[in-house]
Amino acid sequence: MGNKNVLEINNLNLFYGDFQALKGIDIEIERNQVTALIGPSGCGKSTFLRTLNRMNDLIDNVKVNGNVILDDIDIYKDINLLDLRKRVGMVFQKPNPFPMSIYENVAYGPKAHGIKNKATLYKIVEENLKKAVLWDEVKDRLNKSALGLSGGQQQRLCIARALAVEPEVILMDEPTASLDPIATLKIEELINELKKKYSIIIVTHSMQQAGRISDKTAFFLMGEIIEYSKTSKLFSNPKEKKTEDYITGKFG
Amino acid sequence: MIKLLLKNFKERVIYCLIIFSTLVTVGILLWIFVFIVKNGIMHLNLKFLLSNYSGDETGIFPMIINTLIVIVSTIIIAVPIGVSTAIYLTEYGENGRIILVVRFAVELLAGIPSIIYGLFGMVLFVTILNFNWSILSGTLTLSIMILPVIIRTTEEALISVPKEYREGSLSLGVSKIRTIIKVVIPSAKAGILTGIILAMGRVSGETAAVYLTVGMVPRIAKGFLESGRTLSVHMYLLAKEGISFEEAYATATVLLLITLMLNQIVKVVSRNEGN
Repeated sequence: MGNKNVLEINNLNLFYGDFQALKGIDIEIERNQVTALIGPSGCGKSTFLRTLNRMNDLIDNVKVNGNVILDDIDIYKDINLLDLRKRVGMVFQKPNPFPMSIYENVAYGPKAHGIKNKATLYKIVEENLKKAVLWDEVKDRLNKSALGLSGGQQQRLCIARALAVEPEVILMDEPTASLDPIATLKIEELINELKKKYSIIIVTHSMQQAGRISDKTAFFLMGEIIEYSKTSKLFSNPKEKKTEDYITGKFG
Repeated sequence: MIKLLLKNFKERVIYCLIIFSTLVTVGILLWIFVFIVKNGIMHLNLKFLLSNYSGDETGIFPMIINTLIVIVSTIIIAVPIGVSTAIYLTEYGENGRIILVVRFAVELLAGIPSIIYGLFGMVLFVTILNFNWSILSGTLTLSIMILPVIIRTTEEALISVPKEYREGSLSLGVSKIRTIIKVVIPSAKAGILTGIILAMGRVSGETAAVYLTVGMVPRIAKGFLESGRTLSVHMYLLAKEGISFEEAYATATVLLLITLMLNQIVKVVSRNEGN
């Protein structure tokens, strides 16, 4: 665990049938940092994100080869799928709280993993709602339906739900794409706070967002990583012409 | 100009036809309802509802009880099988051959007239398996008959559960089966219940298949291997044998009320879903 990198990906290829969506991806993700994945639509950044907790397994006809190493474990060979997803959590583009109470949403994961004690569960719920900076807004209505929350609150609830199973890595797939600017800001502040304890990989369409919140940024194009470096460096002084064209808005 | 007028005229004609069809449909429904209730209500009293059908008594109490027994036991047998099949088809089937075969079988079962289920049940359960005319034979036959209804409505309900719920649960390291039980089925609950209630309606109104498998002994069936008479069979006999049209109408009214009650339950269930 002393390793600086939480994830090491070597020569990862992914095919949807005959179409190659990811081509020889090599990247190292640092622990307790925010890594942003940017690039135009269809460049493979979301697909790549989903290889990290094997959500692509749900789709027919997907073939993956290469290595994804999480703390010395190859996630496609040496780990049970459920354990992997427990360690690598995910927050989706559209807030997707379950149609249950706020409390049940956060307790859902821990319950599934065998925690039955009511007091323990309550503590987990409180703790993670606090981590997601939602506790003060919902503490008086924990038993109300989660669907009654605003979009931003729902997304923070989904973050609390993901945190409740104690992951190391949190994957975020454009988590603010459907939120207004104020809710977006709150999520960004939250991400900044969370990176002290978690490693965060975030796909974003907004280069400003990547610039604001990430430590390192990877630029994806046509299934390849064109450039990967410190965020400040990638935006101020890109090495590749394609990166420069993209961040200056010549295409995208 | 003429073209425009002509188009307007066409639209009006079509509009009138649609209104006319609607009126005819609603009118006929109302007419049947009023006719039956008007003729039945006079004969309807507590004695008719709560007494037996033997000797001087012409009550329908045994038929009400038998009907309820048949409905409940059929639902208890058919729902677990139907819901499980639907889960398999929507959650586990991966466009394989088996799925095609099962789907085809369900379509086929849905299109078979009930009298054929009755004949099948009579041959298999009543004769070959020697269950005789009994609640058991009838219940098994009716279970097969309503399976397609339950499978189809459940399938539709499951398909309409957003895939985001499934992904959300799976991404927490929760197993597929637990995801289905804890998230997917509760989200589809209202749709599944609607299917169950539709199936109950079909069972309560079924005559041919029941007549051929449960029999027509006008007593409360004291066990699953005993014969009994349901409301719809009773009605059929009253009318066909010309015993008493008054009683037939009264029985029909009771059956209508039971059906209405079931419909009411559907509404309450779907309203709860909205909240």
